[in-house]
Amino acid sequence: MGDTDLGLWAVPLAMLGGAIRVSTPFLFVSLGECLTERSGRINLGLEGTLVFGAMSGYAVAYESGSAWIGVLAAAGAGTLFGLFHGWVCKLPRVNDIAIGIALMLLGMGLAFFFGKPYVQPQAPDLPAISFGWWSEISQVEAALQVNALFLIGIVLTVAMWWMFRFTRVGLIIRVVGDSTDAARSMGLNPNKVRLLATGAGGALAGVAGAYLSLYYPGSWNEGLSSGQGLMAVALVIFARWSPVNCFWAALLFGAAGALGPALQSVGFSSGYYLFYAIPYVLTLGLLIAMSSPNRAIESAPGELSITK
Amino acid sequence: MTQKNLSRRNLLKAGVATGAFAALATTPFRPALAADLTVGFIYVGPKDDFGYNQAHAEGAAAVKAMDGVTVVEEENVPETVAVQKSMESMINFDGAQLLFPTSFGYFDPHILAVAPKNPDVRFQHAGGLWSADKHPKNAGSYFGYIGLGQYLNGITAGHATKSKKIGFVAAKPIPQVLMNINAFLLGARAVDPAITCQVIFTGEWSLAVKEAEATNALADQGCDVITCHVDGPKVVVETAAGRGAYVCGYHANQSPLAPEKYLTGAEWNWAQVYTDMVETRKAGGTIPNFVRGGLSDGFVKMSPLGPAVSDAARNQFEAEKSEIMKGGFLIIKGPINDNKGNVIAPAGKAFAEDDIALESMNYLVEGVIGSVS
Repeated sequence: MGDTDLGLWAVPLAMLGGAIRVSTPFLFVSLGECLTERSGRINLGLEGTLVFGAMSGYAVAYESGSAWIGVLAAAGAGTLFGLFHGWVCKLPRVNDIAIGIALMLLGMGLAFFFGKPYVQPQAPDLPAISFGWWSEISQVEAALQVNALFLIGIVLTVAMWWMFRFTRVGLIIRVVGDSTDAARSMGLNPNKVRLLATGAGGALAGVAGAYLSLYYPGSWNEGLSSGQGLMAVALVIFARWSPVNCFWAALLFGAAGALGPALQSVGFSSGYYLFYAIPYVLTLGLLIAMSSPNRAIESAPGELSITK
Repeated sequence: MTQKNLSRRNLLKAGVATGAFAALATTPFRPALAADLTVGFIYVGPKDDFGYNQAHAEGAAAVKAMDGVTVVEEENVPETVAVQKSMESMINFDGAQLLFPTSFGYFDPHILAVAPKNPDVRFQHAGGLWSADKHPKNAGSYFGYIGLGQYLNGITAGHATKSKKIGFVAAKPIPQVLMNINAFLLGARAVDPAITCQVIFTGEWSLAVKEAEATNALADQGCDVITCHVDGPKVVVETAAGRGAYVCGYHANQSPLAPEKYLTGAEWNWAQVYTDMVETRKAGGTIPNFVRGGLSDGFVKMSPLGPAVSDAARNQFEAEKSEIMKGGFLIIKGPINDNKGNVIAPAGKAFAEDDIALESMNYLVEGVIGSVS
């Protein structure tokens, strides 16, 4: 094993590594939001849930000595945030977007408040599985360090796709999301379904936060999240409410995020602010390319307050 | 319906009146405690970030321990109009007479907007921006020359590197950051002139994921000693050590984060600077508008050398350090070019660390791989 001079190959390699390392939080938050939005609600508070999940995951991992217990704690905290959102939105004439923003600020505030004593200590990290053992090149090996949560994310993606497509639960969520009236006439309780979907979505956002604080970059700090939770909401729309597309979109954002540093490291050193804007330019470009003045967004859940 | 609205309005009025009364009632108490000096510290990030803000907060803690001084602190204040509100609230509600807004971006336009409105309050800004002919007299800037600290970092790095490539994760291409990058390389080149330094700018003072990506990109390029100039070096230190690279610290002592890989670090020593200034103010004196100092003035200190530092490195480090402690060390010495081939200084010309010309540094010296724009 040795350091090899990779030249320009460093860029695609960094993008591959970045896609694996950076995408996981996007993936979990967007899967959670996808589930929530498919049930007809939008939870903009996931950024707050993510930050709180990062803090609680880190704190519990530090206190218990086990990173996985930390992940569970983050999921639990996220569930509570989600259930709270779902419960408040159940009340008549409550706007889910406004509640989401309030919860986002609440989650961040609480996380900063309770997280103060945990900025300094070092909590155990989540383990990574090395898929690069076959390579002689240490950079390849480093890029293929895959965290277990990323793999769980892939499994979840497929499971969620299968659930929406083939199962009764998936059908119930879709019906509730598309038409409250239809769901009621089928004897379903839309509020209950949305409550549970928002709770599950919150749990996934909490896990995304735990990934940030327990694996990459792997420490709790108030500046830890750079808006992954907010961006994931946009990702879901970008992914047309499909879990599988959420996965690809998350990978794309992860890879694009690695592009800026990688290009500087091989010598394309001017204009790095421009490189850093690439993920957003890309999103904007794709959204414009896919939009049409003649039809509404396809596959958008009918009850969603932003598309109604 | 009208009745209801009216009563609510009255209620609000009553509330405002009570609030105003309460404010009136409490304000006269403040001058009664006038012997007390209230000092405000504003940080751009969390004050226990293992970095820039922690270094300032350690200084604030030393001020807090002084007699007759009340310290108010606010952290996570962005470099926006938010800092103007923080300063005004410290002045109007806490009665602060001396403010330390510690982030570079707080000065222009924020301190420049608030200072003329509060002529009795002193604004001490950390950064190199105050100038006598342009800026209010009740503002001032102070800063340490930490470049020589990075130079000493570079010496340990020069001995530790095997690939002859060292790396620097930098936030923004401002003069202080560029000075650190240049000094780090020049220190390493004092060991071996073949060493190069790869720099990656993240564009922000605190951006955890991007800092981790930048560190990984440097490690991918074979850089085996990495340092940084970002607000919280924790992520860079942990990521670099995780990739097997040696680390030089910055701002504060990060050796607990990577005890085996930590070589040394350039740390601020604000406690001395702040207690001096507060002492001056309390004694009724005037704090100079322009305060500077480096290693030899006690503004900056070095972390204890780590276990990975070889004897040869230790000897050269100590020798150069005692040279620096005499004062007047020349850091940019001609003949020297920038990394685009332009001459910075011809043979015979040199800049000491306190040369004002270095405060508008806009180049990277030859051997640094990177660009300032």
